[in-house]
Amino acid sequence: MINIKELEHIKIKELENQYPFILSFFENNKLDVEEYEEYTLEEYLSHFTAEEIDEWAIDIEKIKSDLESYINQMIEFLGLEEDTVDSITIIAGNNKYGDKENFEELTINKSEIVAIVGPTGSGKSRLLADIEWAANKDTPTERTILVNGETPDKSLRFSTSNKLVAQLSQNMNFVMDLTVREFLELHARSRMVDNEEEVIEKIIAAANELAGEKFNLDTQVTGLSGGQSRALMIADTAILSTSPIVLIDEIENAGIDRKRALNLLVSKEKIVLMATHDPTLTLMADKRIVIKNGGIHKLIKTDAEEKGILKELEKMDDIISNMRANLRKGEVLNSQV
Amino acid sequence: MNLVTVSGPPSSGKTSVILKTIEAIKRRGLSVGVVKFDCLYTDDDVLYAKAGIPVKKGLSGSLCPDHYFASNIEEVVQWGRKKNLDLLITESAGLCNRCSPYMKGIKSICVIDNLSGINTPKKIGPMLKTADVIVITKGDIVSQAEREVFASKVNSVNPQASIIHVNGLTGQGAFEFSTLLYDEDENIETVNKRELKFPMPSALCSYCLGETRIGEEYQMGNVRKMELGDKND
Repeated sequence: MINIKELEHIKIKELENQYPFILSFFENNKLDVEEYEEYTLEEYLSHFTAEEIDEWAIDIEKIKSDLESYINQMIEFLGLEEDTVDSITIIAGNNKYGDKENFEELTINKSEIVAIVGPTGSGKSRLLADIEWAANKDTPTERTILVNGETPDKSLRFSTSNKLVAQLSQNMNFVMDLTVREFLELHARSRMVDNEEEVIEKIIAAANELAGEKFNLDTQVTGLSGGQSRALMIADTAILSTSPIVLIDEIENAGIDRKRALNLLVSKEKIVLMATHDPTLTLMADKRIVIKNGGIHKLIKTDAEEKGILKELEKMDDIISNMRANLRKGEVLNSQV
Repeated sequence: MNLVTVSGPPSSGKTSVILKTIEAIKRRGLSVGVVKFDCLYTDDDVLYAKAGIPVKKGLSGSLCPDHYFASNIEEVVQWGRKKNLDLLITESAGLCNRCSPYMKGIKSICVIDNLSGINTPKKIGPMLKTADVIVITKGDIVSQAEREVFASKVNSVNPQASIIHVNGLTGQGAFEFSTLLYDEDENIETVNKRELKFPMPSALCSYCLGETRIGEEYQMGNVRKMELGDKND
């Protein structure tokens, strides 16, 4: 653990060399250090006039203790060995009537896809929240969540850099006014990846594999179509997000290759949970959880017969996609397709 | 009684988050009340009353809302005690991004939403920087990447706070948030003599006192001019 006292007499310049991430702390806290590179931290912090302190709402003691926490968090984050999550286990709790859930425990391994089905309001959000919070009999369902078969550390609950679950949903949009490149750069920097360019190239290539219509790095993210947005979100989550579990809340069958999207996530060793009402997506999963009255009501394995039905469904989806593409090109459909 | 001060920019989802959280707290058999501070108008008190939550509202009108908060908080605490509350939550909007109604030793919560823009954590002053818990809302409508970037920016301006994501519509995260609010060992009987975590802006100029005319001759007190010369272009 670094103590701020050790840093007070070090020059800003040297601090930046030693802890490059300190620059984003200075920037986000509006501390302009540009002309103070030769000052020590202490000298820099004491150079503010009383008027500046009042004007810009500066609290020196708070800055010091924040900086100490920030540096320690970042060191811990960077030093983190790839803490791989190989499996999560859900141990049964109760439904909303207090009855025990209809299963004992369910282990989901990485690269496995599990669908979650059930009517709206049946408890899907609660299940997800239990996983995200790594519930330990301390949520309304009294479920227990294990990671790699063990009770995970409580610090996981508030970590901003190490969250268990990444979420993708049909309602999500890009809201930043940036091009695809700027957007990915921003995300890559917040993750502090070394090979930024390479990662960005990978994401755009993967996104274009998934999207019906191609797009490039100079497109505004807010100008992408629904399918393109979804494709970029999935590729970005698969490649750049550290969260080992990805929850997908429905993917519409338009402008995106859903099968490839799932394959991409699986190939990145994610655990994929998918809340859906769509028969094709449900059957693409290895298993499904049926939720009723706030609890897990059934676990169903997708059997050979259902996998057969999936083939038929995929054919139907293909027919519809082709029709969509043809109509878009201005063609007239005939009954031969 | 426990006291919690919640603040955050307008429309960030404070009321939705509080309502969902109270549902979770009530299940533990605790009684909760809310005092809503606002500037010109609010009907959030109706929402609280509908949910069966004891509520009072205070409109600051022509006064600065956080100054109004500071002049009324002790009376508000006494109201909560009279109602025998286990937990009193005050809710106020941070309107100028510079004030914050937090007091030393009183749990301070800032609610901020993912839609507010990536530079918002930088723009909000003590209200965000001195909060003990930061609740981020509206995560269900922006991309995963934006959520991650936003949370990391929030963390860089207040690395010591607990950051938690709550969905004010579905309530996802509200139970988890509720576990941070109530501490059975805490008992606040008064906030008299407590200090604000951060001083409020000290403006006092002729316009504070009702002046409406524009022009240098009418400007008195704490007046400052913008630099519009060529040197800082």
